[in-house]
Amino acid sequence: MAPDVEQPPAPPEGGGARWLPDARRRLGRGLQVVARSGTAVTTTLAIFSALVVGAVIMIVTTPQTLSAWSAFPSNPGAALGSSWTLVTSAYTALFVGAVGSPAAWLHAITSLSPPALTAAAYPLSETLVATAPLLLGGLSVSLAFRTGLFNIGAQSQLLAGAIVAGWVGFSLPGLPWPVHLPLAILAGAGAGAVAGWVPGVLRARTGAHEVIVTIMLNYVAANLLIYLLSLPAFLPRGAANAISRTTPASARLPHLAGPGLRVNAGILLALAAAYGVWWLLQRSTLGFRFRMVGASHDAASAAGVDIRRMITGSMVIAGALAGLAGVVEILGVSPQLVPGFAQNLGFTAITVALLGQARPGGVVLAALLFGAFQAGGLQMQASTTIPLELVQVIEAVIVFFIAAPALVRAIYRIRTSGTGFRLFSQGWGG
Amino acid sequence: MQVELRGITKRFGSLVASRAVDLTVEPGEIHALLGENGAGKTTLMNILYGLYHADQGTILIDGHPVHLGSPRAALDAHIGMVHQHFMLVPVFTVAENVVLGHEPVRGPLGFLDRRRAHEEIRRLSQAFGLDVDPEAVVESLPVGVQQRVEIVKALVRQAQLLILDEPTAVLTPQEIGELFRVMRSLKADGRSILFITHKLGEVLEIADRITVLRHGAVVGRTTPDRTSEAELASMMVGRAVEFRVAKAAAQAGRVVLDVEGLTVADARGALAVVDVALQVRAGEILAVAGVQGNGQTELVRALFGLVPPVAGRVRVDGTDVTGATPRRVAAAGVGYVPEDRQREGLVLPFSVAENLVLDLYDRAPFGRGLRFDPRAVTANARARLEEFDIRAAGPAAPAATLSGGNQQKVVLAREFSRPLKLLIATQPTRGLDVGSTEIVHRRLVEERDRGTAILLVSTELDEVLGLGDRIAVMSRGRITGYAQPSTPREEIGLMMAGVTSGPAAAAP
Amino acid sequence: MSEMAWGVVPAAATAGTDRRRRWLGGFLVALGLLAGYAFAAHVPAGVVTHLDLNSAPALPLPVPAVPVRETTAVLAAICVALGLVLALRRGARGTYALLAAGLVAFGLAFVIWAARGADLSLEGMLASTLVDSVPLIFGSLSGVMCERSGVINIAIEGQFLAGAFLGAMIGSVSGNLWLGMLAGAAAGALLGAMLAFLCLRYHADQIIVGIVIVTFATGLTAFLDLQVLTPNQATLNSPQIFPNIAVPVLDRIPVLGPILFDQNIFLYLALALLAIIQIGLFHTRWGLRVRAVGEHPRAADTVGISVLLIRYRNVILGGAIGGLGGAALSIGSTGEFTQDMSAGLGFVALAAMIFGRWKPLWAASAALLFGFADSLQSVLAVLNVPIPSPFLLMAPYVATIIAVAGLVGRVRPPGADGMPYRRE
Repeated sequence: MAPDVEQPPAPPEGGGARWLPDARRRLGRGLQVVARSGTAVTTTLAIFSALVVGAVIMIVTTPQTLSAWSAFPSNPGAALGSSWTLVTSAYTALFVGAVGSPAAWLHAITSLSPPALTAAAYPLSETLVATAPLLLGGLSVSLAFRTGLFNIGAQSQLLAGAIVAGWVGFSLPGLPWPVHLPLAILAGAGAGAVAGWVPGVLRARTGAHEVIVTIMLNYVAANLLIYLLSLPAFLPRGAANAISRTTPASARLPHLAGPGLRVNAGILLALAAAYGVWWLLQRSTLGFRFRMVGASHDAASAAGVDIRRMITGSMVIAGALAGLAGVVEILGVSPQLVPGFAQNLGFTAITVALLGQARPGGVVLAALLFGAFQAGGLQMQASTTIPLELVQVIEAVIVFFIAAPALVRAIYRIRTSGTGFRLFSQGWGG
Repeated sequence: MQVELRGITKRFGSLVASRAVDLTVEPGEIHALLGENGAGKTTLMNILYGLYHADQGTILIDGHPVHLGSPRAALDAHIGMVHQHFMLVPVFTVAENVVLGHEPVRGPLGFLDRRRAHEEIRRLSQAFGLDVDPEAVVESLPVGVQQRVEIVKALVRQAQLLILDEPTAVLTPQEIGELFRVMRSLKADGRSILFITHKLGEVLEIADRITVLRHGAVVGRTTPDRTSEAELASMMVGRAVEFRVAKAAAQAGRVVLDVEGLTVADARGALAVVDVALQVRAGEILAVAGVQGNGQTELVRALFGLVPPVAGRVRVDGTDVTGATPRRVAAAGVGYVPEDRQREGLVLPFSVAENLVLDLYDRAPFGRGLRFDPRAVTANARARLEEFDIRAAGPAAPAATLSGGNQQKVVLAREFSRPLKLLIATQPTRGLDVGSTEIVHRRLVEERDRGTAILLVSTELDEVLGLGDRIAVMSRGRITGYAQPSTPREEIGLMMAGVTSGPAAAAP
Repeated sequence: MSEMAWGVVPAAATAGTDRRRRWLGGFLVALGLLAGYAFAAHVPAGVVTHLDLNSAPALPLPVPAVPVRETTAVLAAICVALGLVLALRRGARGTYALLAAGLVAFGLAFVIWAARGADLSLEGMLASTLVDSVPLIFGSLSGVMCERSGVINIAIEGQFLAGAFLGAMIGSVSGNLWLGMLAGAAAGALLGAMLAFLCLRYHADQIIVGIVIVTFATGLTAFLDLQVLTPNQATLNSPQIFPNIAVPVLDRIPVLGPILFDQNIFLYLALALLAIIQIGLFHTRWGLRVRAVGEHPRAADTVGISVLLIRYRNVILGGAIGGLGGAALSIGSTGEFTQDMSAGLGFVALAAMIFGRWKPLWAASAALLFGFADSLQSVLAVLNVPIPSPFLLMAPYVATIIAVAGLVGRVRPPGADGMPYRRE
């Protein structure tokens, strides 16, 4: 641990020009104490910074605030005031859309009437609905990461999972749900595993870089879906549109809180998977080998680990997890396959894994945050006309800061011991 | 051009890599800088080439002090260097490599003037008998030719002093002859050469003057006509016995490791180990001595199953493990202390506790089937930390935070925590302080006394003599002879330096 | 690893390439036989395909009626012959040319068979191939620029979207398409600078940053489209489209003239950039230094070349080229920005770069091939061929997987691609 040798800040010179750097340094020094606790502070600062960036984007793209700012010299109050109003109303809507409004919750708790409770919990339910596939996808990317692989192909694996789970769902309508649902889930996970096996085995046997292969597979899977949606086996009788048959109730994930709320067993499945991945990584001999391979090929092979099998195995499990993400999407949320199904899910899952530092616990929190962004973003779009896509921008900015922790530390002038987990995939030399 | 180093001192932390070194290279002379590995030769050269900065001392060129802050500055001062690991772009042609950084161009758009480059290279190539084809692609060339490309690279920059860092280490005898011819023609042209090596015969053959380094300091200056290989060897390896390991005579038992005709190729397909046969018995330490890079690394890696041998047979206590996976070799009762403990011996981001079970994780009590028990791992770590006196913040401390000595103790503690028939220890004390070295040595002897066969590979002659019950000397991929701990150091030094062993060498 | 060479094991390396070549030759033979069986043997004699070569009405050409059976039989035979040559020949030179020629013969046989009894607008197909390839050429050149200097660029998709967006907006606001083009390049350059800054200054992982730039650009352009462009569609998102520029005289060459020489400025620009980068990379001082930095930065550093400077410059320039590719999509083609309009083309461009082995000319050829697959797909849709179009759309991706898996030969990226450079 490097000793803190930073010089005390120089006294401010005449004029106020140096107040900002000094203030920042002082802020930084204050944060140093906390920063020793690890990456939590960097992460928090990354999220905070991204929200600031989002606010700036909002302000400069909204005509009202923009015109207020153009009159800034004559009326600075209006510029600041309208910006403040815009940003707070947008972020308030985001918050309310993610966890519910305090008023509604207060009413619900005092009245305890089911409709009021349902209304108050609706945003939270939406957050959890969005969280489940993100969590599963994030776990998939994380597990591969811990084995030293970058699974950019979560999208292809989750499409494979959704396609097969959906097909099992709507092509076997007569089955009772205790048979049908598990069958569909397992089939989806299996399909994802196969889709993960391909880049895994290619990496292990031929050295083909998994980043390239998985990027390519994403588009192969998307086109495969389009093709399948032209087959009678997938379409309702006589249908012309490329929208598949609907998965019947017997293969759907049950709702957890009544029909008024969309939250379903998918979130439980995802949390169970998070526990499973944690157990695998921390409590199993297989996970120990995965982590060894991820940290050092040389040490792993000296310890007698078969690196090729670990690479393939890790990608198979990662594929199954991503397949489950597709499963909870098709069996829980949108029961029909369409072209472009779950389009951005795979990429968002990557950002979830990065934000969660590829640790199951972190990924749970990251998925919850991004799920909340997703649900709240819709509310924000509805009530303030700020488009939902702002959320995607904020998410990306967060991960920029996470990927370059040194940047965050430079901005906020913090020093950390820096032993945190470094995300690295290195070049594609193989 | 005369180059003079005056009182150069360089420290890395507590290690003094260079100790008040004075060295003068006269115009038109071949000056050999001789020393064992770690004697400080490369450090000195990196200072001269602007890669390191000396803590004390000055560099003078033709009597004027100069500041060489970067390779660029050294090049500008007409100092060229042929690195041990060539600085050549493999996919480039010879000409492209040679002109890189000061390309002849035509026109304002900077079109490469390949013709001019080719002509210049052909001219130099002819003038000094270098025989390089400017249009050949570097990666397709033999190592010896690649080295001559590096020399051309220095020559087109008008280098007056050429530093050759261990140039013969990578060459065949024929190529060495070629190189010497080139060196003589450069000398005839009035250029100076600083020739870094640890090979005595070569020094006597080519050098005009010789400076011998040991532990970063100059221990001798001489000329070939005033010295002999034996004298140079004793200067190089020193006479002082710095430590003795207290140990009883070995009680050698049955043969545990039996190697016959082992031949191993290195990563590039060249033979690094040629037809090696050796035996290690239970309860004895066979120390393999040799200068770094004479096939020891490949030998050990092949024995442990990390690279498949080209030919030969390896048996451990009767079990054939030729070409087996490391897992099977380990299961046959072989422990392994790798040469590069940070890369192969430890997973640096892992905790000490996890590192202590890197190859035990799936055995009781740490794991059963798929289950892995971190509590057992932590408990084991507490016991080992105590037993081996490993200084760490705790079982959960990442291995990266430990000192070198404590890291090595982690490796030893791990390998000793399962029943061993054979321990292969490579450079077990490299980079360790005196205290840690002593502990490691004591542990190795204790393990021997428990009846384990130990194959120790070391480039430290002191260590070989202090620990080995028998000594095998390796040179150029072969066992060149056997010796006893009582064999004079000079004699072993000669064998290590590639001089064929005398009659004193005992048969295995 | 040891560096010694006291004896040399007979190299097994050449045996591997020999086997691969035989394998590839066999593959071509099989393709030829398949073509002979499916496209010739099963077609009744007398069926013809009309090859419509007309485009310049001023120069009416006859519409040749090609007998399907005979033509495809000849093409299949050519394919088999090339396969045999490939398999039985010694020496590795020309392997790819032979392979490409065989594949073209197979493709032609297939197209002629597919269009049997109908009109096939060969000219139209070639023209649409070129149009589809233009952004891909820009994108793959962007990749080449970055990766040749040792920085992985998987953010091409993001550069496309940014360039398309800003190109359309500035082109619309200013009413000046040239300004739009410049703005598109600037937008791409900005993202390039972001990649360079995070990876070179802060040693962030290049693949991660690339992926996140794509997410960022997708989100930001979609957001700005909804927030800024949509309410002001008429003023902010109604640029003109660059008109086709006919090159005098050359455009009158039959068949090829109108295809090549009566085109959008972006095609000319792409070809010019291709020439500049191809020549620059392999024949100038700049190119030599770039390649050295991408292959062996230490070697470059020891002769006084600034690794960082070269990488910054190339990544930013590469971003600008990617931005131009995006502008080609909006102000070069559709005349407006729409959300996610590149729809994965950036990754096809990445595939083209890899498929083209990080060489500009080969990458552009791969871009043309992928563009052809795209235009073939729309032709086949019209012709009612029982090959579903998604499979042709998949082709570039599958081809790239096959290429990186080493089934067609090792693709070797620049030696230091993706590796951050630190001096000791």
